[in-house]
Amino acid sequence: MEFPRPLAAPLAAVPIPLIDRAVKLMFKSLLRRHPGLFERLGEHKSKRYAFRPTDLPLVFVVEPARAAVSVMRKPADPAADAVVESPLFLLLALLEGRCDADALFFSRSLAVIGDMEAVLSLRNALDGCEIDLPRDLCAFAGPLAPLVSRTADALRRRVLAGEHAAWN
Amino acid sequence: MELICPAGTPAAFREAVEAGADAVYCGFRDETNARNFPGLNFSREELGEAIAYARRKGIKTFVALNTFMRAGHEDLWYQAAADAVHLGADALILADFGLMAHVAETYPEQRLHVSVQASASNPDAVNFLVEAFGAKRVVLPRTLTISDIARLARQIRCEIEVFVFGGLCVMAEGRCSLSSYATGKSPNMNGVCSPASHVRYRQDGSDLVSELGAYTINRFPRGEAAGYPTLCKGRFDIADASGYAFEDPVSLDVMDQIDALREAGVSALKIEGRQRGKAYVAEVVSALRKALDARPEERRALLARLRLLSEGQRTTSGAYEKRWR
Repeated sequence: MEFPRPLAAPLAAVPIPLIDRAVKLMFKSLLRRHPGLFERLGEHKSKRYAFRPTDLPLVFVVEPARAAVSVMRKPADPAADAVVESPLFLLLALLEGRCDADALFFSRSLAVIGDMEAVLSLRNALDGCEIDLPRDLCAFAGPLAPLVSRTADALRRRVLAGEHAAWN
Repeated sequence: MELICPAGTPAAFREAVEAGADAVYCGFRDETNARNFPGLNFSREELGEAIAYARRKGIKTFVALNTFMRAGHEDLWYQAAADAVHLGADALILADFGLMAHVAETYPEQRLHVSVQASASNPDAVNFLVEAFGAKRVVLPRTLTISDIARLARQIRCEIEVFVFGGLCVMAEGRCSLSSYATGKSPNMNGVCSPASHVRYRQDGSDLVSELGAYTINRFPRGEAAGYPTLCKGRFDIADASGYAFEDPVSLDVMDQIDALREAGVSALKIEGRQRGKAYVAEVVSALRKALDARPEERRALLARLRLLSEGQRTTSGAYEKRWR
């Protein structure tokens, strides 16, 4: 399922520093919950990974060595060792290990350009981490955390319905 | 028949156990196993925890040390065998005769399985390994028909395990040099077939082009399902024709032949895919477990969904139902 266009379009008008700040906070929170996330990367920890959601006007660059993430607006083409392209919800499902990356690649829903070894390392590292975004990110919501977590979980079920995702 | 399931990470291992595996096979994070992919496999500590977890659930753990030892560096494989035995592996899956001899002599009580990488596919070869090293099971290559397996089963003195689902290697495994030819690295010596370090994908117009080392392997037009960048499944120009010289990008699925395999004397059904994610492991193991427990007429429906997870989004029974010469 693609990110709804009526929701994606306004992102083109939101100031990048605002999006960047929000994404950095979520990234930091994720790393706090999964401190060993990048340990399996080995030599590929120093690589730069760009993620280009095909249904968003944004590009995300992750640098594991610096535990850093940054956001740019398309058509930015930031320097990166590897670029991963897919609809946003599938990228998030891969982050959680809920979809099989090879299957998405076979179906052409996922494209990888550049350092394939680095991407494989990252895929395997993520797969071992048991990230659960509704659970891991609800710290942002304060007293509303249970509600936000339930809503995010319901949304995830809906957007991935029909995809090859394991509800583990 | 036992269902033998793959695990490349501790998370996939737990999924396999929960989804209905009878045994899970895995390996160390080094060149001692034939799936030595970046970020994959188990540290000693992780393997120990996995074996203990499986044992609490009544599930066995097989440790694959199924590459060939490099002369002068045998200690890496000997140490891996020692550690796997110490951690409580239920069986070691071995390909190298020297390593089999070492394990048989040093750990005579340790159960030993012959890896598909050993390429043992006739009675003389299998019985030699049974007599010389006490092998209890042989994993057969994916080049035999079910009739071949039945004939073999009557003449050998150990259990038989066959691949029933997943990646389809059409070569004499353990002896294939295609990856080595293109990249200098092979599953036999380095644990990698078409290593990711030598793989590149690029867009050429609307086509997806896959390259391995200096070779273009395939060109997938928009909308066509893609496959792995292995030479054996490459699309080549041969004389005036263009096509797949060895095998299409397609996966193995012979789950509709379960009863025939059982009658042929097969003891264990193996799922390929230690390099696949935990979502794949969970879904495939779960579906195959249900299929194993289901009536024959129910199996096709249970397995239909798995085709979309397969290479090229297609499956074949391969040589098991060989209809060509």
